[in-house]
This record gives sequence, C-alpha cells and structure tokens, in this order.
Amino acid sequence: MAVHELTCQELVELVTDYLEEKLSPTEQARFEAHLSGCSGCRNYVEQMRSTVQMVGKLSEDHLAPESREELLQLFHHWKMKPDDTTGSSS
Amino acid sequence: MSEQASQPETWLDLSESQANVSVLNMAAAFKDDSDLVERLRQADEAAFVYLLDRYHTSLVRLALVYVSNHHIAEELVQETWLAVLQGIHRFEGRSSLKTWIFRILINQAKKRGQREGRQIPFSALWQPELESYEPAVEPERFNPAGASRWAGHWASPPASWEDIPESRMLLAETQAFLLKAIEALPPSQREVITLRDVEGWSADEICSLLNLSEANQRVLLHRARSRVRRELERYLSQ
Repeated sequence: MAVHELTCQELVELVTDYLEEKLSPTEQARFEAHLSGCSGCRNYVEQMRSTVQMVGKLSEDHLAPESREELLQLFHHWKMKPDDTTGSSS
Repeated sequence: MSEQASQPETWLDLSESQANVSVLNMAAAFKDDSDLVERLRQADEAAFVYLLDRYHTSLVRLALVYVSNHHIAEELVQETWLAVLQGIHRFEGRSSLKTWIFRILINQAKKRGQREGRQIPFSALWQPELESYEPAVEPERFNPAGASRWAGHWASPPASWEDIPESRMLLAETQAFLLKAIEALPPSQREVITLRDVEGWSADEICSLLNLSEANQRVLLHRARSRVRRELERYLSQ
C-alpha cells in the first residue's frame, strides 16, 4: 500500500477522534497498526483514557442539604405565587 | 417535532444518574419527560426534587464556566430553577427536558453577563480559524523533521501509568489538581469537556445545547483533553 505510515506526532492529534470512534475504517486501521508497533503511543492512548476516566469521577458529588432546603423554599414560594419573579429570597 | 428527546433510555442510565440512590428509587415514579413535566405543572414536589437530584450539581458545574465563583454560580442556578418552574407550561418537548433546563441556565448566564456589561464566552461563537494551532503534545518531545527515518516519532515517549497506584489517582489532592487544570482551560474548551467528560453527555446533546457543529465540538474536546493530560502527566511525574 502506498499510504504513508503515521508518525507519533500525527497519531496524538487523532486520539480524540479515535476514542470518540470517529475515524474512518481505513484511518482506524492505520491508527491501530501504528499502536501495535509503538509502546510510546500505546502509553499515550492509555494516559488519555485514564485522563478521561479521572475527569469523569469529578462529578461524584451530591446536592448539599442547605442548597436543597433553599431550593425547596423556592419551590413552595412558586407554588403559592407562580408569577412572582423575585423567588423565595424576597 | 423536528428534534426528538435525544435519549429516552437515559432514565435508567446509571452513568448519568451517578448511581444516586434517591434518583434510582424515583426513576420508577416517572415514566418519561412528559410524565415529569405534567407532574411539575401540577406543582408536584417529588417531580421537582427528582430534577434537583438529577441536575442541580451539574448545573452548578456548568454555571462555574460562566461566572467567577461558587456563590454566584449557586445564585445563577437558583434563578434557573425559578425560570424552569415559571416556564414549564411553555415546554413543548422539542428538545429533551434536560437540554431545555440547561439552555435556560445558559440564557440566564447571558442575561447576567449583559447586566454586568461583559460578554459571556460561548462555544457557539468560537471559530477555530481565529485561534492559533495548538498541538496536543509539545513539539520538542518528537524527533525533528528531516532528522532521520524517526522524524516525528517520540524523542521522549510518555511513560505508562499502569504502575501508579489507583489510590494516588483517586486522591483528593489529584482530583483538586484536575479541577484546577479544567478551570484553567479557555472557556469554550472548558464548556465542552465539562459536559462531555465530567457530566458524561453525548456529543450530539452537547452540539444541540451549545449550537456547535460536531467537528468544532470535537476540536474543542481534543484540545481540552490534551491539555488536561499534559498537566496530569507533569503532576504524576513529580
């Protein structure tokens, strides 16, 4: 095949398309062919996956009880006076 | 009905609900968006609490992209909830309820920005051609062009993170570092990575919320992820 091989520098720019599954079958095959022979790029892709995973864990927090309380007050205020735009803090 | 509710199956999607127990218990109580909307119109508190559990912390995290501190973000989200309640009778189901609620947040943020005389940076206004090219990895880490047949290959390859203990990855300190790295991103990148990776939204949902083309969404995501990885690599090698 006359297709030139990917360099590492090119591969790192395709990682998001790869992880988001947006590469064409040909591009994906090229990408994976490079990976199979390059431990640096395998580590790079693994680091990207870990990064995405770790960022995904940042959302694990819950509504604070005091916020919930305030918001329920807002709700009850709205229930009594649906058109009052000042909210419960007035 | 041009737009459909994008993911009706998300009602039981664990990743999206963060496996929040109260959300799961409630999930059975609401069949779908229109059921929820109907109950909210009748001022049913359970419906409101369900939405709070599901979206409040996510709304605050997105609000933090537009305003400078947590207090103002909470305020902005309160305004959003009030606007949701007051506008719920106008909800037509042309987008999912989730997208509709987040769009209200963005509108509230814009209004606030106007009041304060500053422009809120939205991804929709972002034009890739106006920005300089930003490589995912510092060019110095590759062999220079023309050097040898190894031009463009790693000169200093990244190390494997496999030997880093899971406990270090999950340390509060590491998480705080990650949050700081995300906060330091340009707003349009931060908007996209927050929705895609922190909140776990699909690319389609993000494009619809932010009026962004799929290609631009992915460029922003790529730059954001690449920067955060670079920071993390630096941090973990210390």
